[in-house]
Amino acid sequence: MQRTHVPANLAALRRRRRLRRILSIGIEQLVLAAVAVLFLIPFLWLIITSLKPIDQVFTSPPQWIPEPVMWSNYVDALGSPAFPFFLLLRNTLFYVVLSTIGVLLSGALVAYGFARMDFWGKDTLFAITLSTMMLPGIVTLIPTYILFRWLGWVGSYAPLIVPAFFGSAFNIFLLRQFFLTIPWELTDAAKVDGAGDLRVFWQIMMPLVKPALLVVGVLNFMYTWNDFFGPLIYLTKSSEYPLVMGLYAFQTQHGIQWNLMMAASLAVAFPIILLFFFAQRYFIEGITLTGLKG
Amino acid sequence: MTTESLARDLSRERPPRVSLRRRLRRNLRGYVFVLPWIISLLVFTAYPMLASFYFSMTDYSVLKPPVWTGLQNFKVMFTQDPLYWKSAYNSAYYTLLSVPLQLVIALVLAMMLNRKARGIGIYRTIYYLPSLMPVVAGTLLWMLLLNPRDGLINEALSFVGLPKLGWLQSSAWSKPALVLMALWGSGWLMLIFLAALKDVPESLHEAAMIDGANSWQRFWAVTLPLLTPSIFFNLIMSIIGSFQVFAQALIAGGTGNSSGPLNSLLMYMVQLYRYAFLYFEMGYASAMALVLFLVLVAITLVVVKTSGSWVYYESARR
Repeated sequence: MQRTHVPANLAALRRRRRLRRILSIGIEQLVLAAVAVLFLIPFLWLIITSLKPIDQVFTSPPQWIPEPVMWSNYVDALGSPAFPFFLLLRNTLFYVVLSTIGVLLSGALVAYGFARMDFWGKDTLFAITLSTMMLPGIVTLIPTYILFRWLGWVGSYAPLIVPAFFGSAFNIFLLRQFFLTIPWELTDAAKVDGAGDLRVFWQIMMPLVKPALLVVGVLNFMYTWNDFFGPLIYLTKSSEYPLVMGLYAFQTQHGIQWNLMMAASLAVAFPIILLFFFAQRYFIEGITLTGLKG
Repeated sequence: MTTESLARDLSRERPPRVSLRRRLRRNLRGYVFVLPWIISLLVFTAYPMLASFYFSMTDYSVLKPPVWTGLQNFKVMFTQDPLYWKSAYNSAYYTLLSVPLQLVIALVLAMMLNRKARGIGIYRTIYYLPSLMPVVAGTLLWMLLLNPRDGLINEALSFVGLPKLGWLQSSAWSKPALVLMALWGSGWLMLIFLAALKDVPESLHEAAMIDGANSWQRFWAVTLPLLTPSIFFNLIMSIIGSFQVFAQALIAGGTGNSSGPLNSLLMYMVQLYRYAFLYFEMGYASAMALVLFLVLVAITLVVVKTSGSWVYYESARR
């Protein structure tokens, strides 16, 4: 093709450029959507399978629409004595709520100390705190278990909940970063008025850092809801299991009832996905803060 | 990690000199705030770390007090326990395969999400969704999808003319199957990359464009160097995470004597879990934990040491 610089061709050139732009937007959307489908198909298959009669779970070619749609699978799965959903849910909420309260209280208190107080060895202590974030948890696992066993706590939620009330490195770090952004003037003014540190912390600082508390709360909620290893090693009675452990027990006993297992899986995953949609902003903020300023 | 903020703290002016008594009281008040954390560090970190050295040199069945055996556990582990090496091999294999793939895919997804396309928020949610899945539920779902007979993945493979694979039922494909699960759930790595991409200043791209750099050159010369801190962070985190992969392998490996076909899903953590909580050989399990810990610390140190040559810190340039 020969290039010309005749003004008459300008319109054609512009049109071609526009066409190319539309084309590239189209390709962009196509790629984004194709990947989205790839990520969503497993979820879709989870829902479809959960509504199938058992003999339609494995078919060739795959059956995309259950025939008939078995809503009763949910009743069967969640009402089955092997997967007592509401009991498991109650246990999960017990764990999640207490642990989150603990993490918030201890995290905020300690973070305030790091951000606002002065004491000997503060910087060393903070450096240690940061380094424990990188510490592979594996090395503390067994002695910690032995300690809790010695205390007689194995078989209860105490080993999972009590440590939360003493703080965790990641949450302390995250809250401290937020606390540092609060202007000193706000807390100093209250101090001049005679408020003690605890009052400043509780009545002035805590309301100011609500968004940060939400981030930590949401992250801990998700972490404990999904926690498998802790309950696996510390809980002994199936009547005390949280949802994920209940699901695991269900699978080891009824591993071939894929339709019921998928219904149960969806019931375990659904609340956390719902929470994510409501708290998405806080959640993403928390995740990105993890890697930020890395 | 936060050297910058540390430096900021240190440089803040100290309050004027006050009497020793007041300083003591102020210190005391500070310690009251951080006391829970000091207790936690001592009880849940320092003590267990030291104790694990001791326990690793004992024969300890929990029911009876530990008996000192010196280096016996390590000797058995390294020379007489073929399953130990099997589990170490499996975890190393899994890590070497999953970490690079996870990082590359997470980066590609993040770059796709960094464009100003219509509906990008919805795409971000969708790409992230799998990482929200509780690991037990996610593993069960993938066991269904990867069913060797008529699972959806095999149906798709044979639809495009490829042979069906044994996946979790085959010793050769069980670990790649776990990697596939990990890739599906690598949304958290993606989000960290995305945050870093959002911090790349537009002006740098414009400057490169004026200099005539095409999009590929801009990626290599502008985007990638600015991403190295987050690549560094994600690399360390995913190595530590992958070496300790547990729940997926335990569930997919089944409850039989062999964890997966020919113990191909016997990951290090699964083996450790068995010794500690099924056989109650706490001494041996402690030795296993200690070795993994030292290996992970060594790998982290190597990555940190080499990071000077490939991680670009903007603050260092100033």
